[in-house]
Amino acid sequence: MKSMSNLLLNRAIDTTFKYVGIFCTFSALAILGIFLVNIAMEGLARIDWDFLTSLPSRKAEKSGILTAWTGTAWILGLTAIISIPLGISAGIYLEEYGKKNRLASIIEVNIANLAGVPSIIYGLLGLEIFVRILDFGGSLLAGSFTLALLILPIIIVATREALKAVPKTLREASYGIGATKWQTIWHQVLPAASGGVLTGIILALSRAVGETAPLIVIGALAYVPFVPTSPMDEFTVMPMQIFNWVSRPQHEFLVNGAAAIIILLVITFIMNGIAIYLRNKWQKKINW
Amino acid sequence: MKIIEAIDVNAYYGDNHALKNINIEIRENTITAFIGPSGCGKSTFLRMLNRMNDYIEGFRMEGTLLVEEKDIYRKKVKLEELRQHIGMVFQKPNPFPKSIYENVAYGLRIRGVNDKKEIDERVEKSLKKAALWGEVKDSLNKSAYSLSGGQQQRLCIARTLAVKPTIILMDEPASALDPISTAKIEELITELKEQYTIVIVTHNMQQASRVSDRTAFFYLGSLIEYGKTNEMFTNPKIKQTENYISGKFG
Repeated sequence: MKSMSNLLLNRAIDTTFKYVGIFCTFSALAILGIFLVNIAMEGLARIDWDFLTSLPSRKAEKSGILTAWTGTAWILGLTAIISIPLGISAGIYLEEYGKKNRLASIIEVNIANLAGVPSIIYGLLGLEIFVRILDFGGSLLAGSFTLALLILPIIIVATREALKAVPKTLREASYGIGATKWQTIWHQVLPAASGGVLTGIILALSRAVGETAPLIVIGALAYVPFVPTSPMDEFTVMPMQIFNWVSRPQHEFLVNGAAAIIILLVITFIMNGIAIYLRNKWQKKINW
Repeated sequence: MKIIEAIDVNAYYGDNHALKNINIEIRENTITAFIGPSGCGKSTFLRMLNRMNDYIEGFRMEGTLLVEEKDIYRKKVKLEELRQHIGMVFQKPNPFPKSIYENVAYGLRIRGVNDKKEIDERVEKSLKKAALWGEVKDSLNKSAYSLSGGQQQRLCIARTLAVKPTIILMDEPASALDPISTAKIEELITELKEQYTIVIVTHNMQQASRVSDRTAFFYLGSLIEYGKTNEMFTNPKIKQTENYISGKFG
């Protein structure tokens, strides 16, 4: 009899846990849903061509996000140019060339740690090194270098994981007909790992798009009345523009903020979507 | 003519003494089979012949290993040249994730051969030698993964032949294949003997007796017996060899 009641209790726990799980999943989704609906109701009507092509203004209805999204585009491009070659090269070195000794494991742990350092710390680092010592000022270049440092650990880790997933047999095949280490990496290992590397890069860049704190620290401006034309120009980015608008008391600016949030969300969703697409495509194509 | 000669070769993985005082001479244009139970050192010795063990951490060797009378473990050896000379076919077919054509052309391209006509010719010739040309000549641009396991293995052999080796090492090349594909590979190996020296590791005693001219029996890291295959299989000199060949252990 006792075992019978145990059985019932176990089943009850099982069922309860299932429903708790469903509830937790859906509450998180529901909150996201409420947020999206709220933002869409506020901001969707505000989005039109003028909104995308107007400079910021003191009058809310005349304001646009031209400087913000061009700034974001500049930052994205420069950050990619700086971080991708550095990150991939570092990943290749650590995974393929570096000796697996004590120093290597210390480096490994610290790169993982760097990925977890709060972004504002990177802002302070950028302020000291890029803004002051290298004298870039509060320019796109200083911002891009700072964000590149921020996402470097993510790219390095993603590259290493992708390289690690390439089977030994592929390397042996290449070495076996007399390829050098570099030829093996360049012609076989990297192409086979490219899906994973690319996914990591896009996820890292989509993080950079949303970063605000480090850019505030290095002196990016909330109000920029011109479109940047060179890497040494001062700039603003989407999240800073949003932050600026939603901290104003007038309701019209809040609407602008909601509209800009929608644009920012669309950008990050598209980037994440591409990352997921690439990952799936890569997994399907390569059957070891 | 001897083409490979090992003199007192020892090999270690860390503390594990994997090969003990191996002395062997392998003749040109013969097929030599290495047999023995798992972990006996036959694959280790095979992979030493083109230095594939260099990538295993903790591996080290002692002794002298001569190929065409040159020590392949001396400092000045260029691994790329060594491996062009001594090709290798692996246990599991491992074509590159590229087209059939590019798989065979890879060995040429990495050596800076760019002439399209020359590559075309070498690809065709290698595929013909590997008895695969008839099956793939109309689909050279298809992915190598679209081939069956047996075809993939013959593609791997063609890829090795394309860089004109003199010795081909085969590490259980048919163990992942069905009987029909295995028969084709064995037939191919026998044909290749005309032009190449072949060393093949196999778990399959019948395979060793079918294809090889000479057989080396390894046990616990030592070379127990080495001789003509038909003599060894009908009249082994050493008791351990007889027990292994007759299936008393393995």
